[in-house]
Amino acid sequence: MPAGTIHKPHRLYAKGRVLGFTRAKRNTKENTSLVQVEGVQTPEDAQFYLGKRVAYVYKASRVIDGSKVRVIWGKITRSHGTSGVVRAKFRSNLPPKSFGASVRVMLYPSNI
Amino acid sequence: MSAATKTVPVKGSKNGKTRTVLVNKPARFYPAEDAPVPFKSRKAARPTAIRSSIEPGTVLILLAGRFRGKRVVFLKQLGSGLLLVTGPFKINGVPLRRVNQAYVIATSTKVDVSACSIDDSINDDFFKQTKDAKKAKKLYEEEPKKSAVTESRIAAQKKVDAKIVAAVKKTPALTAYLSASFALSKGQYPHLLKF
Repeated sequence: MPAGTIHKPHRLYAKGRVLGFTRAKRNTKENTSLVQVEGVQTPEDAQFYLGKRVAYVYKASRVIDGSKVRVIWGKITRSHGTSGVVRAKFRSNLPPKSFGASVRVMLYPSNI
Repeated sequence: MSAATKTVPVKGSKNGKTRTVLVNKPARFYPAEDAPVPFKSRKAARPTAIRSSIEPGTVLILLAGRFRGKRVVFLKQLGSGLLLVTGPFKINGVPLRRVNQAYVIATSTKVDVSACSIDDSINDDFFKQTKDAKKAKKLYEEEPKKSAVTESRIAAQKKVDAKIVAAVKKTPALTAYLSASFALSKGQYPHLLKF
């Protein structure tokens, strides 16, 4: 980018990380993933994000519909635990390579 | 009240000139057992309720779609339940548009739109695709041609925006506010923001 460019913010989603699947010590339930939303530390804060759409965005080498970027859409279903982690269900289960990857928590459906 | 019978002309010289025929004929076929009748729905169609934070003149932030991030002025709720908004067009390029309230954040900023009366002709039909536009969409060969904006839309836009831009200009910095887009930056968490 040319020197001196002013970067205007464009983000309309909250950042989140995929922590893994819901699981016990030895059994995993892959239909639900755990997401840590940035800045959320209590289940009361997490209430804001319930129902919001989530997108796991990733790239692949094969071009589909003119793009190498792919998305798996989902939504935040409920809070998880006492530290602001949240459960999310996606249209298809997230691939395990997504653990630790970023996820976009959209601001819609909005209730403000 | 229509009659139960009607007279019908009959052809053939030996058949008499007319017949009297029942208007509502009884059924030709009755099933052996009564078919089960589904229950009548007890749901009543009601207009979509708007959030209390959304009132005419409220500045809304569009969250998705072509104009995501834009701050627009809410005008009224249409019959379909969608919200009618405008940029105004001269300020941020958003035309008269319908938007679903789930894809909108209502801010506490309000514009005085009491002076502006929106024509009843701006309703859901106003936004319906014309037959020509539908045909063009079906027939596009190489690339879909950019559809020209109809004169009626431009005229309606100017009429509505005139009063709103006047009201916006009265408040200091409101024009700049509406022309700037909303976005999150580092350290801003939506659940902590006050809109």
